[in-house]
Amino acid sequence: MEMTAAPASPRIALGPLTYYWPRGRTLDFYSRALSWPVDIVYLGETVCSRRHELRLADWIDLAGRFADAGKEAVLSTYELIENDADLRIMRQVVENGRFRVEANDMGAVRLLSGRVPFVSGPFLNVYNASTLELLAECGAMRWVAPVELSGAGLRDVLSATTANIETELFAFGRLPLAVSARCFTARYHNLSKDHCEYRCIEDPEGLALTTQDGEPFLVLNGVQTQSARVQNLLPFLPEALAMGVNVLRLSPQPERMEEAVEAFAAAVRGDLDAVEASRRLASAMPAAPCDGYWHGRAGMEHVGSGT
Amino acid sequence: MRLVCPAGTPPSLKAAVDHGADDVYLGFRGATNARNFAGLNFDDRTIAEGIAYAHRKGARVLVALNTFPQPGTAQRWEADVDRAAALGADAIIVADAGLLRYASRAHPQLRLHLSVQGSATNHEAINFYHERFGIARAVLPRVLALEQVERVIGRTPVEIEVFGFGSLSIMVEGRCALSSYATGESPNTHGGCSPAKAIRWQETKEALESRLGGVLIDRFAPGENPGYPTLCRGRFEVNGDLYYPFEEPTSLNTLELLPKLQAMGAAAVKIEGRQRSPRYVETVTRVWRAALDECAAQPQRYRVRPAWQEALAEVSEGRQCTLGAYHRPWK
Repeated sequence: MEMTAAPASPRIALGPLTYYWPRGRTLDFYSRALSWPVDIVYLGETVCSRRHELRLADWIDLAGRFADAGKEAVLSTYELIENDADLRIMRQVVENGRFRVEANDMGAVRLLSGRVPFVSGPFLNVYNASTLELLAECGAMRWVAPVELSGAGLRDVLSATTANIETELFAFGRLPLAVSARCFTARYHNLSKDHCEYRCIEDPEGLALTTQDGEPFLVLNGVQTQSARVQNLLPFLPEALAMGVNVLRLSPQPERMEEAVEAFAAAVRGDLDAVEASRRLASAMPAAPCDGYWHGRAGMEHVGSGT
Repeated sequence: MRLVCPAGTPPSLKAAVDHGADDVYLGFRGATNARNFAGLNFDDRTIAEGIAYAHRKGARVLVALNTFPQPGTAQRWEADVDRAAALGADAIIVADAGLLRYASRAHPQLRLHLSVQGSATNHEAINFYHERFGIARAVLPRVLALEQVERVIGRTPVEIEVFGFGSLSIMVEGRCALSSYATGESPNTHGGCSPAKAIRWQETKEALESRLGGVLIDRFAPGENPGYPTLCRGRFEVNGDLYYPFEEPTSLNTLELLPKLQAMGAAAVKIEGRQRSPRYVETVTRVWRAALDECAAQPQRYRVRPAWQEALAEVSEGRQCTLGAYHRPWK
């Protein structure tokens, strides 16, 4: 497949679930997602290996259901691998034998290299064409750009690269900003990580962190830290398509996810223009929007459509 | 274990070499290294002089090129690899996979270290870089427990360098965009966290406020020691509870772990702080040299001397804030 400059219709991807929900809620979410207009679904626990409401076998089972529904199912690996148990699960994901894998760590890349095509996840720090080409040579058929990379930066990478690879953009959701060995949810509850009581299950969209003058700033999601604001790149869809973006990643949120998906799908189908679809999306936003990274500015800034 | 010490300036390099560093690491001016601060870092002349000085005294110089080549300016990183090689650096410390490949092809004799910014926390990741680019050493992110470090060491032919002392990174290195979220600049993209130009100090009636990119990071009552407004050291509220959600302003100090690190085969121990003064470098290098020598000579009898701890406490950043009711135990 040759990369072409002509904008093609992008596909919509449901990113991996970053939060820890009770099993019933998770299964219900994905049962509903089966009928949503998404083309690709990333499945699996990526944030914390202590989370266990769904085991790998459950995720594989879900992947099968999405595949049967005609969608591309991808199993995602951990963002951070610390111990043998993490390594074992990562290896099982990599060697699942049926579904494509999103590698979120170079260890996973090593195990996938030269064996099966894989997705290079957003945590692999691909900021330039040279590194993108390396990953493509290792077998990456798609890459998810780091959230920090600006629209202009992405265009530069895509125009400089000779790699034959699909490009996925983190288009909607709270931004995954950092990962730590320390669990900030456990810390909030005065618990150690090893005895965390799985308290993050109480917060379906993480723990809101505000500044001392009352501004929502970040969200604590176990070992992961997210933005309080919700990135929305829908207004810049035409620009993104023109530079060669193939896939739009929407990150799961507990409420009104279907509305968010529908707004993107309407824009992709051409039923609504990107700005109008973005207005429709407003009601599905759990917090104020941001798009600063796209503009090469502070990620929390909101430039908007400019219209 | 080799002692790896920081040098932000030529006087710091001299202090490190004179007081027993085996390796000194430094960077070029600009965004190709992760301490891209005004007044820090080296040009060709000062690096050449520094390398000559270090080599005369038996120390090695490692050049940090440990940020991620950015779109449009990626050639600058490759040019700095060429500079480091031409100047006779003993090794370069690199985070970006594409840049490692460039270096391994353009300068096959140049020793490559994987930077902590490369986020390699497991042997599979480290061995990826070893097989592809022949890295000789990897610096482990400051996230692993001791037994995890030991497992990594046992499963890779690559030398493992661990952090021993200095500012404590709470997020996995190379995996933190908090700074760019608030300011547009991060270690990955611009070689600095919480950049000085984005900081505002504001005196109010009750407190001194620090802001980063407009975000209120902390308020200091009179008498409190105002720390540098690094995002993960800020005081924020969660459900109305005001505390340090990420980390109190404390430093990492692993002096007491030295016998264990030595026994498990760690190749090198790193001192953080290229942004610190020559006095800091001198003090920390001196203490750690003495500790490493005692540990190597008599690991069974090794113990941390109070005088070492006192000397280190004196140069620890003036951020030993009271923890008080905000203290939340960590493991």
